[in-house]
Amino acid sequence: MPKSKSAYSVAGKKGKLDTHIIVVWVDNEAGVLARVVGLFSGRGYNIESLAVAEVDSKLNISRVTIVTTGSPEVIDQIKLQLKKLVPVHKVASFKREDKKVIFKEMALFKFVSNSKKMKLAVKACKKFNPVLLDETNKSCVVQVTALRREIDKMAVNFKKYGLKSISRTGAVAMTRGSDVL
Amino acid sequence: MPKLFTGAEIVFKCLEDQDVEYIFGYPGGAVLPIYDELKNFQSIKHILVRHEQGAGHAAEGYARSSGKPGVVLVTSGPGATNAVTALTDAYMDSVPLVCISGQVPTHLIGTDAFQECDTTGITRPCTKHNWLVKDIKDLQKVIHKAFEVATTGRPGPVLVDIPKDIQFQKTKYTSFKKINKKLNGNSHNYFNQKDINQLIDLMKKSKRPIFYTGGGVINSGPKASELLRDLVRSTGFPITSTLQGLGCFPGDDDQFLGMLGMHGTYEANNAMHDCDLMINIGARFDDRITGKIDEFSPKSKKVHIDIDPSSINKNVKVDLPIVGDVKQVINSIIKNIKKTKPNFANSNKQNISKWWLQIDKWRQKKSLNYINSDTSIKPQYAVQRLYELTKGKDTYITTEVGQHQMWAAQHYKFDKPNRWMTSGGLGTMGYGLPAAVGVQVAHPNKLVIDIAGEASVLMTMQEMSTAVQYSLPIKIFILNNEYMGMVRQWQELLHDKNYSESYTAALPDFVKLAEAYGCVGIRAKTPDELDDKIIEMLNTDRPVIFDCLVDKQENCFPMIPSGKPHNQMILGPEDEKDNKITGKGKALV
Repeated sequence: MPKSKSAYSVAGKKGKLDTHIIVVWVDNEAGVLARVVGLFSGRGYNIESLAVAEVDSKLNISRVTIVTTGSPEVIDQIKLQLKKLVPVHKVASFKREDKKVIFKEMALFKFVSNSKKMKLAVKACKKFNPVLLDETNKSCVVQVTALRREIDKMAVNFKKYGLKSISRTGAVAMTRGSDVL
Repeated sequence: MPKLFTGAEIVFKCLEDQDVEYIFGYPGGAVLPIYDELKNFQSIKHILVRHEQGAGHAAEGYARSSGKPGVVLVTSGPGATNAVTALTDAYMDSVPLVCISGQVPTHLIGTDAFQECDTTGITRPCTKHNWLVKDIKDLQKVIHKAFEVATTGRPGPVLVDIPKDIQFQKTKYTSFKKINKKLNGNSHNYFNQKDINQLIDLMKKSKRPIFYTGGGVINSGPKASELLRDLVRSTGFPITSTLQGLGCFPGDDDQFLGMLGMHGTYEANNAMHDCDLMINIGARFDDRITGKIDEFSPKSKKVHIDIDPSSINKNVKVDLPIVGDVKQVINSIIKNIKKTKPNFANSNKQNISKWWLQIDKWRQKKSLNYINSDTSIKPQYAVQRLYELTKGKDTYITTEVGQHQMWAAQHYKFDKPNRWMTSGGLGTMGYGLPAAVGVQVAHPNKLVIDIAGEASVLMTMQEMSTAVQYSLPIKIFILNNEYMGMVRQWQELLHDKNYSESYTAALPDFVKLAEAYGCVGIRAKTPDELDDKIIEMLNTDRPVIFDCLVDKQENCFPMIPSGKPHNQMILGPEDEKDNKITGKGKALV
């Protein structure tokens, strides 16, 4: 290791990195997403996926769902910082493994091939609530909802059916049972 | 039909309702409507600076010395970007600032118009919150909210960006009644009786306790410092303070161990390392304080009292977090001690007597000592003489950043809060001179001295012109060693004496420079004449630039060297030889 002459301490031990889903309720106003996302980018953390939309048009509240990886200390720090933002109302977070929470992503697949292959493709999607949104004799667009890793898998496996283009959302989350966040 | 007011008028009506007396600013195209209204609001005085950064630092000095929020008024584009350093500085050191910036008219936003920049985008990470006002009806609400955000909880800077067309538009104004919400109101207290009981339990059991206090005590108001003194005396525990906390406990008190951290005293750092109970009050475990974090105070239970929940466990994991306003937490602790153990300090004396003996041993090292000289002025000596000659005068001290700042912190003893204004978090060279301007505006009849370095002070020297314009008799006390001293020191200790670009080969003649600005220049060259010259400075009721020619090679000790924990400090030139910094250690300075 080359000798460091930095003015700061060398990094200590790093905590274990886990995937966390952070849910934030914010005022739906200009710049609010930049404020939320800035807390991640300002610390050099990547956001794996992001889903945001207004959920209460009367109160102008949007719900932001962010998937990110970080050590527990970092996630705690980001949550506390999020709570300090003026337009933020509420913050919740889960680990991806959390059994009490449902995570879902949606994807649109465009296949360009022959009808035989396209049929096979739709069939292969069966487990993931496929909806045929558009169909011509050379192409089709299929909507699926699934977990991130399932969509990842489909994206690879469906190449053989003529998968040409994918558009997907970030994960959204909801607790199971009667509990409300 | 109610009377309609323009946006520019509403800005001033809001400032009036917020009891603002002074604003620090610089006019320009996009704020001209606001400047046009200035003449109609006699209760608000405008201080014209020479650079927007100066406006920001002056407002910081005003805020920190008075406890009121500082108000800055700048134009769009370069006006706003010039203020960014000061906003960031205020953000790091938790200073309440309200910056109002002009913006190009709404329809031109996003067109790369003349003097346009994305002000809210640029200042987002360096303010607590910012607003771009796009509807005149929001203006009043936004400005009052801005004051609330800046001054409540952990204070900090905010920015309100007002497009020029909004400044011209008209709407109603409903007079704003300040709800009797005090600075740092109850809404930020999350602690309960259980936490306090737990703390008192720890205090009773502790054999080696220490209070570690910071700027949070000052931000909580003068009452917090009073309560802290009461608490420290009613426990008999030793106390150390961060750079920002100086003044909340008397610097010459026996229970005070001096400042801690990289250039803190031997006794303070060793006590932090060996203690069994650390009670952090309003400090944030900054890296200049903790040094190597893995070996920071390994044997102690740590209690952290802070108003900001995100400060807890950020750098150091603590055993008992107490989230609340310092003043109210201390008050609660004192009440409980007085109720359960009215004579705690005496009954506990035996318990911590060994600890005090140990501390006295560390004190014997006299870590702030230096080798004085008959021929050249040692910078430490200059600060000591300045202290001795001004200590009865309720003096306000600001500093720039570097060696002189540390010497000032070590050798100038404060006994009141809000008397010490220095850039700690961001470390902004050029802070002290404009800050002194702001302090003098807040306290026109008090002695205000900027202990400066010749390199730092040149960064914002133009504000001397502001001081002269408003007859602000600030004293700029320059410890002139012709080097960027702290850079030079690190190069000497860590970079094999390769003094790369740290020497200023051409400096202005500061005495002539003072004359050019229309103030007074004084130079001291030898220790013999130093006292007389300082007295001459103190007797001048105009702004003074004092050029104190000091030893060029002097290093700032004691110092926690690289790669070492708190209990292994370098004490001075002699000790340094035995403690040579090597290898991996260089990373940690």
